[in-house]
Amino acid sequence: MIKNGSSKSVVKLHVNGDSHEVTIRSADTLLLTLREQLGLNGAKRACENGDCGACTILINGEPMHSCLSLAIESINQPITTIEGLKASNIQETFVEKWAIQCGYCTPGFILNCHALAETEPNATDEVIEEWMQSNLCRCTGYQEIKEAVKTVLQAKTNKI
Amino acid sequence: MIPFDFEYYKPDSITEAIQTFQDIESQGKKVIYYSGGTEFITFSRINKLSADAVIDLKGIPECQVLESLGDLLVIGSAVSLNKIAKSNLFPLLGQAVKQVADHTSRNKITIGGNLHSRLIYREGVLPLLLADAQVKIAGKEGEQVLAFEDVFQQEMKLGPGQFLIQILVEKSYASYQYISIKKTKTSKVGYPVVSLAAIAKDSQIRAAFSGVCAYPFRSAQMEAALNDSSLSIEKRIEQALSRLPAPIVNDIQASREYREFVLINALEDALDALKGAIS
Ligand SMILES: Cc1cc2nc3c(=O)[nH]c(=O)nc-3n(C[C@H](O)[C@H](O)[C@H](O)COP(=O)(O)OP(=O)(O)OC[C@H]3O[C@@H](n4cnc5c(N)ncnc54)[C@H](O)[C@@H]3O)c2cc1C
Ligand code: FES
Ligand code: FES
Repeated sequence: MIKNGSSKSVVKLHVNGDSHEVTIRSADTLLLTLREQLGLNGAKRACENGDCGACTILINGEPMHSCLSLAIESINQPITTIEGLKASNIQETFVEKWAIQCGYCTPGFILNCHALAETEPNATDEVIEEWMQSNLCRCTGYQEIKEAVKTVLQAKTNKI
Repeated sequence: MIPFDFEYYKPDSITEAIQTFQDIESQGKKVIYYSGGTEFITFSRINKLSADAVIDLKGIPECQVLESLGDLLVIGSAVSLNKIAKSNLFPLLGQAVKQVADHTSRNKITIGGNLHSRLIYREGVLPLLLADAQVKIAGKEGEQVLAFEDVFQQEMKLGPGQFLIQILVEKSYASYQYISIKKTKTSKVGYPVVSLAAIAKDSQIRAAFSGVCAYPFRSAQMEAALNDSSLSIEKRIEQALSRLPAPIVNDIQASREYREFVLINALEDALDALKGAIS
């Protein structure tokens, strides 16, 4: 049985391919721990309520709101943040398609898009919409983001 | 940030979970079960909930089962809503839970958590009421299998220290014609103004609702009206509405009058969708 007391303790998180020691309370969310213990500020803090998707990261390749997970329940699981996807072609496509304005929502969109491309590269428009509805953008009109996501999926299927 | 500290336990078995609950409780501490944890985290952050300890059920293999076993479909309480939808094991349940929250949240929200939610919606309840589901429950006296409709009385009524292990549904329910309708205020993602699930069984419609009253329900009186083939569709709906088990919710999401209007439309759509299969 995994146990963690009510005072601070040191645990290991597997983030972006590396193992990191962090000092956490059981009550610390993964979002807080990634940002404040590991300096991984790509996961953004916004609603902290599962509503906006700005804090999206991948756990075992699945998109998750890091504000809705405790750090302690995420040990022993591979975690990917936007810092782990540096210079991927998704980033380039988002820039090329003008899918970024202020950029606050962008890491969340890119990680969600990456997970979709990895698991369902042939996703229909309906599935793309279903996945991407998890992320809110307050700057763009979503059209540019939609085009970027579709371009990423097309590139993925052409490669296969 | 969650403004209080708590102990975290992730047992590997049912017995370990029950024993841990008892041990912690006997120290005078408040302990609660934790599944997807999304409600625990969001409610705790705003001081609507607190605990001295949580017991995470995700490490218990029985709670992670999602399979067809003999005549039964077995759905573990800690299975995420997306896994249920993707498996297509019980299509009506898959469709109903696919309408809960957003795709990313559904990777974390579990069916056990949805059924036990403190919110009024608990949309996962609807297919289980229609399918005469059973639930396997763990407690210090051991495990027991009970009818879902006996355990769900406006909300899940488990005894102290008990938790839901699995949901059991007869396989035949996966093949009845069904419809699941969710109407939200504005965007596709959101709490329901009206959520309706219906199946056609033995030429009769069975219907269950969420968002309409302060709890999800299925009503035999309403179904009797909806199945009264001597009446026009309009009259059946009018009769059904006069038999609601509780007042229609009137809140910031939707006024009572608007919910009623949406409910009438949803019932018309459901009766229309199932018309070939009901009398
Ligand atoms: C962004 C968002 C949108 C949402 N939208 C909807 C919606 O549209 N419709 C809807 O119906 N709901 C919606 N919800 C509510 C959600 O379904 C509930 O909050 C649900 O409780 C979350 O499940 P969980 O597994 O994360 O629960 P947890 O936080 O783990 O648990 C919730 C409660 O259930 C109890 N519990 C969990 N598992 C068990 C078990 N096996 N046995 C006994 N008790 C147990 C816990 O003790 C706790 O009290 C939404 C939630 C979020 C975060
Ligand atoms: S900050 Fe996590 S979903 Fe908004
Ligand atoms: S680019 Fe500013 S919120 Fe999306």
